[in-house]
Amino acid sequence: MQWIYLIPALPFLGALILVLFSRAIGKTGVSLIGCGSVGIAALITLIAGGQFIGGGWQQFTLPLWNWLSIGDFNIGITLHLDALSLAFTFVITFVGFLIHLYSTGYMADDPDYARFFACMNLFVGSMLMLVLADNLLLLYLGWEGVGLCSYLLIGFWYKDPANGAAARKAFIVTRVGDTAMAIALFLLVQHTGSLQLSTILARATQLWAQGDPTVTLIAFLLLGGAVGKSAQLPLQTWLPDAMAGPTPVSALIHAATMVTAGVYLIARTNILFILAPAAQATVAIVGAVTLILAGCSAFVQTDIKRVLAYSTISQIGYMFLALGVGAWSAAVFHFITHAFFKALLFMGAGAVIVALHHEQDMFRMGGLRKSLPGVFWVFLTGAASLVAIPFISAGFYSKDQIVWLAWSSANGNIGYWLVAIIGAFITAMYTFRMVFLVFFGEEKTHVHHPPGRSMMIPLYILAVCSTFAGFIELPHTLGHITMLSDLLRPVLPSVPLQFESTGLEWVSQGVAALLSFLGIYIIWRSLYIPFPVGLKEFWKNGWGFDMAYDRIFVRPFVLLARWNRRDMVDKLYTGLAGLTRSFHRAMSATQSGVLRWYIMGIVMGAVLILSVIIWRQYVV
Amino acid sequence: MITSTTAGLTLAGILFTLGLISILIRRNIIFMLVSVEIMLNAAGLAFVVAASRWGQPEGQVMFMFILAMAAAEVSVGLALILQLYHQLKTLDSDEASRMRG
Repeated sequence: MQWIYLIPALPFLGALILVLFSRAIGKTGVSLIGCGSVGIAALITLIAGGQFIGGGWQQFTLPLWNWLSIGDFNIGITLHLDALSLAFTFVITFVGFLIHLYSTGYMADDPDYARFFACMNLFVGSMLMLVLADNLLLLYLGWEGVGLCSYLLIGFWYKDPANGAAARKAFIVTRVGDTAMAIALFLLVQHTGSLQLSTILARATQLWAQGDPTVTLIAFLLLGGAVGKSAQLPLQTWLPDAMAGPTPVSALIHAATMVTAGVYLIARTNILFILAPAAQATVAIVGAVTLILAGCSAFVQTDIKRVLAYSTISQIGYMFLALGVGAWSAAVFHFITHAFFKALLFMGAGAVIVALHHEQDMFRMGGLRKSLPGVFWVFLTGAASLVAIPFISAGFYSKDQIVWLAWSSANGNIGYWLVAIIGAFITAMYTFRMVFLVFFGEEKTHVHHPPGRSMMIPLYILAVCSTFAGFIELPHTLGHITMLSDLLRPVLPSVPLQFESTGLEWVSQGVAALLSFLGIYIIWRSLYIPFPVGLKEFWKNGWGFDMAYDRIFVRPFVLLARWNRRDMVDKLYTGLAGLTRSFHRAMSATQSGVLRWYIMGIVMGAVLILSVIIWRQYVV
Repeated sequence: MITSTTAGLTLAGILFTLGLISILIRRNIIFMLVSVEIMLNAAGLAFVVAASRWGQPEGQVMFMFILAMAAAEVSVGLALILQLYHQLKTLDSDEASRMRG
């Protein structure tokens, strides 16, 4: 296990080589190094996972070197492998590799091919650093690295100012959350004297009683960081705009990296949240509200990528709901299946977009079922998983676990369950609205060039995964397999249940399935749902959050900046410069060029000095 | 009572002051050069008087130096004055005030 340091090191190395030698190694070399570094990291993860499971699930810590050492406060570059980081590492490297492979086809004609792969490798490397970190400072390093790479990649086509604006927005909005998280880190250092995750979690239970105000504050601040990165209410506005980047970037941000960082953070610091019931309840409420709001917004979008963006926000809302009710392993389970089917949907959408010559408006697509049959079937598989079609899709098992636990968990209640079930209904409607608009009906745009093999192979692999990945964890009603939750038990506490009832679980699953099918049926009957136009506009603009933030924060700030255009602080320094200049002017006036004045000056000086000497000699 | 030393030093002082005043009030650059010479000779006279007062030769040696220096100064000064006259077509020193700040 000594060589797990290669897992984050390889993508970083790949990024370095691509930055320095991209000209020398040529396009084939760029593809080989870009995909290869992540691919080998995925292989190493598989081997490490095999050893981990074979070796009795022993947690493994690998100190590489000392980073900071101030008195008793030590921060090391130390990697930590346990079941939770293993699950995340596996998804990041595996799905990341498939996305890289797909990018070789998608980005083939782009002039900045090497820059793209350098950023992608850096992105994957930072995310691996985040999940493998053994202390919160190293995690924060990965956290910021991910933020930087998202900025670089969302603004990848920087020649269009709109893309640059979207990149800035993503960077600044997530920065709000990051600040909250930094404050949480400071508080943790102040109270526990350490940033080591194991130390913090061990000391937290001794230091704080249940519901202590300090730990509640820390948990809330950590939640602030998580909602920023994971695009939850109220910091969700950056994600739909992040669609400005190339489609593989969207797949990477949404499926494997970045947005799931918040889920990871909360799952990792679960003990703090258990100690702060108020914060944990807030996590559930944030998740529940977000999943409904984002679902409604997804329902009225016209851009295929924006539908998927809102869908991601909504699905992460499910994960937050699961975290909030204490169903930690259910959240991780949904993260895994979501990574598979969301990557699949994004890359399927990317294949459609390329085939139609960069057309993203769903209302100009249609009838692609016949011209792109391969893409149609894999997209349908992904959509089925997103909608949670019973038995044959991975999403069914993960989502229904969350839906059921939202009710039956000790922290859950029937309200959460209702929200989750309504969310499932909306998910079915917007997903199949997208499927029907794009693949059914009459053909509106002709297919230019169908996707090549390098784009289709990752799609097939992901289609298989998003069908079968659900079988690692089956509910009580169907087989009762608990591979994943058993694996995660040493890291994540199991769910405290308020009641256990196989009958009610059947009812929950039945209602969820029925509502999904009902949603699909309603959309099948009529693509047009007669909501008021104003409401649709309101939803389409993301419930007015963008406008509100623009009014409350952006415009006053711009106004302030305009007032302060001359820079008030600079007044002091310009004043100092002006004073010096006026001295200079006064002195240069004495430089008259008239020789006799200079002589006069010398004489006066001599007289002055002599009189001082005489005065001191004889008078004093 | 007035000794020869006092008289000599007083004469030197008067000469020096005369030279100083004339250099301040004269605008003609040749007269200014002459005034400088007067001041130099006043200083030389003071050296000679002091030497005779103490009965030592160094004062007269200093006067020799001053004499040599005055000769060199006049030659350089006259050359400069010639150049100035070529440039400005005048001997008025106030005209040569191009280097004002």
